[in-house]
Amino acid sequence: MKSRRFLIWLVVVLTVGSIYIDLPAKIRLKFDWSFNQKSLSWLKMDTEIQRPGIDWQLGKSRFTRDLEIKKGIDLAGGAHLVFEADMKDVPEDRRNEAIEAARNNIEKRVNLYGISEPLIQTSKIRESYRLIVEMPGAKDINEAIDLIGQTAQLDFRELPKEATQASNFTDFKTTGLNGKDLAKAEVKFDPNSGQPTVGLNFSSEGAKKFAEITGRNVGKPVAIFLDEIPVTAPRVDEQINGGEAVISGDFTLDEAKKLVIQLNAGALPVPIKMIEQRNVGATLGAESVQKSLQAGLIGLGMVIIFMAVYYGFLGILADIALVIYGLLTLALYKLMPVTLTLPGIAGFILSIGMAVDANILIFERMKEEMRAGKSRIAAMELGFGRAWDSIRDANTCTIITCFILFNPFNWQFLNSSGMVRGFALTLFLGVVLSLFTGIVVTRTLIRTFYRKEKIKK
Amino acid sequence: MINWMKFKWLYFLISALVIVPGVVSLLMFGLRPGIDFIGGSLLEYKFSSAIKVEDLQTSLTEKDFQVYSVQDSGNNTYLLRMPSLEKEKAAEVKSILSTKFNQAPEEIRFEVVGPTLGKELLTKTIIAIILGAGFILGFVGWRFKNAKFGMCAILAMFHDSFVMLGSFSLLGHFLGIEVDTLFVTALLTTLSFSVHDTVVVYDRIRESQKLFPKVSFESLANKAITETLSRSLNNSLTIIFMLIALLLLGGVTVKWFVAALLIGTVSGTYSSTFTAVPLLVLWENLAQRKKR
Repeated sequence: MKSRRFLIWLVVVLTVGSIYIDLPAKIRLKFDWSFNQKSLSWLKMDTEIQRPGIDWQLGKSRFTRDLEIKKGIDLAGGAHLVFEADMKDVPEDRRNEAIEAARNNIEKRVNLYGISEPLIQTSKIRESYRLIVEMPGAKDINEAIDLIGQTAQLDFRELPKEATQASNFTDFKTTGLNGKDLAKAEVKFDPNSGQPTVGLNFSSEGAKKFAEITGRNVGKPVAIFLDEIPVTAPRVDEQINGGEAVISGDFTLDEAKKLVIQLNAGALPVPIKMIEQRNVGATLGAESVQKSLQAGLIGLGMVIIFMAVYYGFLGILADIALVIYGLLTLALYKLMPVTLTLPGIAGFILSIGMAVDANILIFERMKEEMRAGKSRIAAMELGFGRAWDSIRDANTCTIITCFILFNPFNWQFLNSSGMVRGFALTLFLGVVLSLFTGIVVTRTLIRTFYRKEKIKK
Repeated sequence: MINWMKFKWLYFLISALVIVPGVVSLLMFGLRPGIDFIGGSLLEYKFSSAIKVEDLQTSLTEKDFQVYSVQDSGNNTYLLRMPSLEKEKAAEVKSILSTKFNQAPEEIRFEVVGPTLGKELLTKTIIAIILGAGFILGFVGWRFKNAKFGMCAILAMFHDSFVMLGSFSLLGHFLGIEVDTLFVTALLTTLSFSVHDTVVVYDRIRESQKLFPKVSFESLANKAITETLSRSLNNSLTIIFMLIALLLLGGVTVKWFVAALLIGTVSGTYSSTFTAVPLLVLWENLAQRKKR
């Protein structure tokens, strides 16, 4: 009995919790039932309720969610671009580093361009290194493509002779020392203080140039620019010969790493070529969301009516479980968060149709047991028990398929396209959640309400 | 009890009527691969007034652009399929159209897939199908530990695959519908549905085999079908409701994906009861005859 009561509470808490999460971020409450009577003025209201997002902190780990549905580019409009990096000039053992530096640099450029929440990933398929760039809501794609497609340009700049202090970064003049002359940058630690520093390694040609530049700039800053943007401007303490320099400062380890990645983007420039582009205009996306939502609601309505008509009271209980299923799923999408795409919505809608499968299996078994002369309660418990094998088998196949489609380990021999993944993810979540609602929630509902109904009779 | 198995040849005939034209079309016309698999561009433009599809095509071909097909997708929106375009070329297409028709079209969709990427995706897709089918077969084999059941479930799976491939071959030939990654996704998804239906019926047959060892296999099959048919139909109906709603009201982009899922679901429901079980009975009967 104790566990049963626990289950009832669990269902209630989960439902209320997911309703809270599912609410839109801003709710406007406006009504006026005061009929212009002063005494009834408290019946008039026009406020906006703000549903706060989640921002929990537990020790060092932090969990923040703004609880908005993340839309993929096919829904929000935007661009999906795939670039292939040309690695022929980069030594084999440094290619991972080079692609990481390129990714970082592109991310910075896209951010500067003002596109919110770009998603940039790298992938390696056999010998081919790729950059996948997703820019939801981006409008002028061609300009963005130009911007991304540029190869990183790193160069060292100095102040003109007369100046001793830079008032502005535009004061710096080019020196002719650039990314090609920089062999690599790496994080080093100061042997005395243990502080993280950034070590620079120049090629033999670069070492010569660098020695000249540092020689004539002792006591003055030398700035490093990446794509015309200043990265750092350390002060030269003495002339540096031999092509090895150290930039020290009050770096945290993270800052030092970041600087190294930026410098490497210039030291290991990789030209990139676009091999795939998918743009979706924002109108098509908005239309699709609207239509799919409508389709989902109508389909849901049909399933609810069908279940209620065919299975009566039991069907209505299954319908309640189905609605709870919908609420839970939506809440989960917001919590994870799942980036919704059109195929993803199709997967969700499909999973609503499948969600009642477990209930149908159970109810059919119950009917059989009742035909065999068992009491309703016994039939119910037997029905749940006996249907379990079929339910398990039925869903195993779907879960296996989802696994292959989603390719969670990024196996190179399998597809990892966003569209297919979106579908597989929502279908998988749908199957797992519907097992919970179809079995646990429905059984709890039936045990709670079915018994009472019987006693009344 | 209804003697379902009396009509087993009728069930095979219905399957044949659906599968044969599809397979013929598959052999004659094949499938129409989308740009996902062969590379190419897909451009969708919305104009402010209606224009002729032929005009659209000639306006580009006379400027030496290769145009595979132009499709009117309603609402003054046109879908162009062309070889893989560079960025500059794509801009040129847009400007040609703007000057020719005196209006700047709105770019609704623009997709380019490089040819090497297409080939790569095709290999990956084939691997996914082999893996998916392999896992499902492995599961069926493990579940039944019996070659007869396993083989018949596999045959039912082939039935569904051929129905889907055949119907998309026909759709491709007559309506220009292409096969893309989403189609393959639909194929794999319906295969798993179909197998799960088959597993439910077979489970029943085996359960009653243990309970009533003396009853003939054919009447056990009849009993299993009677017991599971309403469950199988009801379950498929709820899925079909959702899919039909999505097909009629959902967005254009997923229309044929949903259609593929719908064809697969219907075929899968049919094959579990009316292909998988009769095949099993047929096999059993043949085995009995040999014994005598």
